[in-house]
Amino acid sequence: MLKRTDYLTKNYGRADGWGLQAYEANGGYRPVRRALSMSREAVVEEAKKAHVRGRGGAGFDCGTKWSFMPKPNGKPHYLVINADEGEPGTFKDRTIMEQNPHSVIEGCIIGCYAIGAHVCYIYVRDELHLSKARLWGAIREARAKGYLGNTPFGNNYPVEIYVHTGAGAYICGEETALLNSLEGRRGEPRLKPPFPAQAGAFGMPTTVNNVETVAIMPTAFQLGGDAFSRLSDLHAWNDGGVRLFGVSGHVRKPGIYECAVGLTLRELIYDLGGGIEGDRPMLGVIPGGSSCPVHLPDEIINVPNNPKFEPYNGKSILDLPLGVDTFRSVGSMLGTCCAIVLSDAADPVIALSNLMRFYKHESCGQCTPCREGCGWLERLFDKVIEGTATMNEVDQVSEIASNITGNTICAFGDGAAQPALAFIRKYRKNFEDYVENRGRSQTGKLTL
Amino acid sequence: MAFVLSEAHERELAEILSRYPNKMAACIPVLHLCQSANENWVSTEVIQFVSERLELSPAHVKGVVTFYSLFNQHPPGKHQVWVCRTLSCALRGSDEILAHCERKLGVSVGHTTADGRFTLRTAECLASCGTAPMMQIDKTHYEGLTPEKVDQILAGLAKD
Repeated sequence: MLKRTDYLTKNYGRADGWGLQAYEANGGYRPVRRALSMSREAVVEEAKKAHVRGRGGAGFDCGTKWSFMPKPNGKPHYLVINADEGEPGTFKDRTIMEQNPHSVIEGCIIGCYAIGAHVCYIYVRDELHLSKARLWGAIREARAKGYLGNTPFGNNYPVEIYVHTGAGAYICGEETALLNSLEGRRGEPRLKPPFPAQAGAFGMPTTVNNVETVAIMPTAFQLGGDAFSRLSDLHAWNDGGVRLFGVSGHVRKPGIYECAVGLTLRELIYDLGGGIEGDRPMLGVIPGGSSCPVHLPDEIINVPNNPKFEPYNGKSILDLPLGVDTFRSVGSMLGTCCAIVLSDAADPVIALSNLMRFYKHESCGQCTPCREGCGWLERLFDKVIEGTATMNEVDQVSEIASNITGNTICAFGDGAAQPALAFIRKYRKNFEDYVENRGRSQTGKLTL
Repeated sequence: MAFVLSEAHERELAEILSRYPNKMAACIPVLHLCQSANENWVSTEVIQFVSERLELSPAHVKGVVTFYSLFNQHPPGKHQVWVCRTLSCALRGSDEILAHCERKLGVSVGHTTADGRFTLRTAECLASCGTAPMMQIDKTHYEGLTPEKVDQILAGLAKD
């Protein structure tokens, strides 16, 4: 159900809305005082009650992740914030860092306290220059006020926050690649285990959280974990609170909208996004970043033997509330909740070719199935578009993609295979047309 | 000629080192610092300098430089133009913007104009999908582009 909120976005677009004064005028830095007055265990419990599912794409419960950190035993602990936003279609974290950086800083202080860390690194991709400047500015303001440093808010719990930059590599959004990059190495993912909570940054216990995940934590502590979780339509699914939804592509009003969890794709595209430009029919929608499978508008939900799905079975996928588990249950993925909408003017073959070029470009090259597989797929779709591919080669897509899935160190390979498998299954006819007509297709372009 | 940093940059380097528990972690930020002090590229001398200062092997530093796409291994033009071409931008006309940039600058992607002012590149998603199509020039995002807007932006930068 569509419920607009403005916990994170109240000051978006206002002059100086990113500054400390504007943030505190809205009650900022009060929740962290409350958190610091509680015991560490109580902070983790409160976070668990909020049911904040990781906003970076994997959807893991934040409070539970914090609870995995070992008890402090003299080793330093680290909080690392993943601000390497670069998943195609995703542009929500940038808005928080640019327009509400203090929510990130406050969330980081709460997170540090919850996991026993005194140092936090915010890993921002280098391209986001304004985000870095605003975060550094917020850190300076907070330090000047005594909110950071040796005694934040007068508590004897030192916290320092630093912005760390990458240098242009999508793979560094993968948490272990990010840790390697933070340590000054090539950003190649690590084998798990050990998990970061056991041996993360500099070999020490580490929690990696997405920007939005920590930025919403002050709100959770302001309202109380349970009350925050109940804002969501999916509270019963342990998917709580509010989050940022993005929509881009062929809609009239692309942008970021803050809403209670439980919004549907139809509401996001038609009510918030203003519908499809030119009132054209929809070709498909990728629900949450390019690694999620594409959905056709006429897909019907059918999850038998799950009582929770009774209200949704028989409805369109566009009417399924956007939640981590609702989308997982239908074989899809919620990802980052930033949808890419394609109208019927877009050619699905060219769209997939565009995405495969991206994955080929960004594969770190460490694992053979991904490094070679992404290259094969890219070249194969080039041939389809040129008109030199055979039906046999189109059939090979599933085989190549399936051979990447599950055979690599990190999830990047699955993220590359998933869109290929979904596009070829759902737009099979378009791919066959290309082969039969030797590269001529109905639209042959992506734009309206 | 050996690469050296100015006094101000040396202070910045010391401040960067203070953020981390070891010197290796400063590798990427220090490379950024040196690249910006070296006309935006990482030369063999820069690699030597960073490896000595951070007590790393030159091979490690070179490995880092070649892994990340934002470290230039050759001198770029004065302004670096990155046109995003990933799906959300492509759906809203990034191909046209890129072709327009190529015509306007008279170079193809990956090349620098003869006067050394602009290097044209493509980028993968720069997190501006809601304001597509977009490009980044040096440190600034330019969003909601049209060919006319691109003309104005490039004309403004050609003068300075």
